[in-house]
Amino acid sequence: MSVVTENTAASVTPGKPLARRINWVKLAPWLYTVGLFVLWELLVIVLQTPPTILPAPSRVFQAIVQYWSPIWKNSLQTLYTTTVGFAIAVVAGLAIGLFIGWSKAIYAGLYPLMIGFNAIPKVALVPILVIWFGIGAVPAILTAFLISFFPIVVNVATGLATIEPETEDVLRALGAKKLDIMLKVGIPRSMPYFFGSLKIAITLAFVGSVVSETVASNYGLGNMMSSAQSQFNVPLVFAGLLMLAVEGIAMYALMAWIEMRMTGWAHRSSMSH
Amino acid sequence: MPHLVSIDNVDMRYGGAAGTLAVSGLTMKVGKGEFAAVVGPSGCGKSTLMKLVTGLHIPQSGVVIVADKHVTKPVSIVGMAFQNPTMLPWRTTLDNILLPLEIVERHRHRLRANKREYVEKAEHLLETVGLKGFGSKFPWQLSGGMQQRANLCRALIHEPELLMLDEPFGALDAFTREELWCVIRDLHAAQGVTIILVTHDLREATFLADRIFVMSARPGKVLKEHAVPFARPRDLEVMYEKGFNDMVHELHGEIASARVVA
Repeated sequence: MSVVTENTAASVTPGKPLARRINWVKLAPWLYTVGLFVLWELLVIVLQTPPTILPAPSRVFQAIVQYWSPIWKNSLQTLYTTTVGFAIAVVAGLAIGLFIGWSKAIYAGLYPLMIGFNAIPKVALVPILVIWFGIGAVPAILTAFLISFFPIVVNVATGLATIEPETEDVLRALGAKKLDIMLKVGIPRSMPYFFGSLKIAITLAFVGSVVSETVASNYGLGNMMSSAQSQFNVPLVFAGLLMLAVEGIAMYALMAWIEMRMTGWAHRSSMSH
Repeated sequence: MPHLVSIDNVDMRYGGAAGTLAVSGLTMKVGKGEFAAVVGPSGCGKSTLMKLVTGLHIPQSGVVIVADKHVTKPVSIVGMAFQNPTMLPWRTTLDNILLPLEIVERHRHRLRANKREYVEKAEHLLETVGLKGFGSKFPWQLSGGMQQRANLCRALIHEPELLMLDEPFGALDAFTREELWCVIRDLHAAQGVTIILVTHDLREATFLADRIFVMSARPGKVLKEHAVPFARPRDLEVMYEKGFNDMVHELHGEIASARVVA
């Protein structure tokens, strides 16, 4: 959710009607969200679906209020496992990405392995993680890590591998070593790719932690939703989904903000030509 | 006049024994302080020449000598500028210009302690190319011509003895190009630096150079060497004289026949 700061207020004069004075672009995300909930509510009313199949949003919000304490506790747990797994993914992804992007031989050798590893559905790894670490927070953290580090690695390695040959020639002719070129050009250059990949990685990290919590944990939103489901408490399942969406949007927005702060130059320059 | 660059009977082949022969029997000598231009049909190994002289490529046979030293590794007394200005977008123009100083051995250790001196030098260079006060701007805030001026500053900041230019003005419009011709002409006159300019533009070569080397099609070698007779300092008006046009015409003919042979 990138924040739109396009300033159309400049063209506003007090004499204009209200509809022209509202910044519709800024308001749009909120209006569309409200619209979705209204549509959903109407659909449930019209089709008369029972709450065990599709609860109305009003029923879901009611469940959020009713079960606030467990929802809050489990949301924090999921946020915790996700962010810890994501943090490990950032560190490891950056390190592996730099390592892979360092030389063409390493890149060629490790790339197929990485592709193969990424092709494995991470949910299939959860049983192995449970054998190694038992159930609980550790498999959730590790699943979040395993699922989210790949896009970081690929993006950092791509940033390094696409240094313009002219830049490299200019520096090498001056006597620059590989390390100089990496420090002065490669790493700063790969930063927009890195920060861009964080948005993808954080979303995937939620997938990993919730999947693991669902099958192998006594805590977290995944676990809460699966036990609510076994009790046919469908409004609570939807309440969990809603909380996941909120956490996901919040973390995504945070990553987008960090990206703008750290590498705003990349959005204004034509680096990718 | 002592030679700064001496290339003697050089062969350079890419991609192993069966690979493409880029230059063959290349021989070329450029005196200290001279302005040399290299022209030729496309694919004649002009870029290979750049890499041979700067030590980025080591030839399979023949000898390249730069500043009395046999070139076996990157020489670090050169500055390079390409058609693509390759300014780093996360650095200001000034920091881009200072980049070579962070690399070159004899500057990198004194850069931090003598930052002011170097910044002054960079600002002086910026002024020389007509970019006074633009040091704090980011490259993407500059036009193509301004970026290319900054690129020239970057190539000159470490006071190279040799400046290698690979079609630096190729992507610019005609008027900006003429302006930059004058900039490079004045830099050459003021700093006494030796320049090798690789170009497709025969008028550019004739206007700027003391000596023009015409290269053959691949595998490249020097077909002919011309001394450019026009007195310095040259004004842009020289390009409308008959002698100038005759020379461009002659060069054009030589390259056209070199293309036919290929």
